[in-house]
Amino acid sequence: MDFRTSYSRVTGLGSAKQGTRHFWRQRVTAVANVPLVLVFGFVILTNLGASRTEMLALFANPFVAALTILMLLSAIFHMWLGLQVIVEDYVQAEVVKLVLLVFNGFFAVSVGAVGLVAVLKLMTGG
Amino acid sequence: MGDHRQLRPRPLSPHLQIYRLSITMVMSIVHRLTGLALYFGTLLLVGWLAAAALGEPAFAIAQAIMGHWVGQLVLLGYTWALFHHMLGGLRHFVWDFGAGYGPARYVLGWLTLAGSTILTALVWAFVWFGAAIPLSAGG
Ligand code: HEM
Repeated sequence: MDFRTSYSRVTGLGSAKQGTRHFWRQRVTAVANVPLVLVFGFVILTNLGASRTEMLALFANPFVAALTILMLLSAIFHMWLGLQVIVEDYVQAEVVKLVLLVFNGFFAVSVGAVGLVAVLKLMTGG
Repeated sequence: MGDHRQLRPRPLSPHLQIYRLSITMVMSIVHRLTGLALYFGTLLLVGWLAAAALGEPAFAIAQAIMGHWVGQLVLLGYTWALFHHMLGGLRHFVWDFGAGYGPARYVLGWLTLAGSTILTALVWAFVWFGAAIPLSAGG
């Protein structure tokens, strides 16, 4: 039994008017995360115990800097979307929910900004 | 707004405490918990990058914290959470393509658990005992 109107069936956007956009973005960032996290992890592992000077040399490599930036962007967008779902699933009180969702955005953007500035500073010689 | 008095309690659907634990159920919960842990774990990663960017003193503090056994333990947990969440994510991709819903779902669940544990062990064996392996450039 489908209780939807013909109009809503045609648009297929659901009650939040977003359709499958959120789901899709969660998947796309998840797919991107796999190689980015693995390669970044490998770079870190092969440079364990590096001094700060060695870190600067490492990030002066544009591939390492770009990899780190892409990894940060993808992972942070992904966790932003992910925490949104967790909050929507468990938090019933509208005000608390609103506050947490706004905090989620602030947190993600702030962490991302600090990460990006750090990489750019390392890349350009500290 | 209306009258919120309830004449009798509303029926509730059965929840966690009513089911016998199954591997798929536990892995689902752990996927969410590891996602949550990784969310706050980005603070570690970005904090470490920021410390390196700030300068020698900040970087020395960050390295001391991560080198301490408490720091190492946290990083070990972080590694496991990352591998577990990643394998759990791959499991979701299998489902997204319409596969893995039959008995295979139990296999996938156990694979997620075993795979994340083995990969974490390999990485940390390398971290702690890998100095002899030529792969490590730092030192
Ligand atoms: C490394 C590769 C990764 C893959 C393949 C992956 C995959 C996924 C997938 C498929 C979901 C959706 C689960 C669902 O629909 O129920 C998800 C949720 C989530 N992910 Fe990831 N993820 C990865 C990395 C990360 C990282 C690095 C973070 C944090 C920085 C993260 C944080 C989250 C959060 C908070 C959720 C929401 C959890 C939930 O709804 O239960 N993930 N991930």
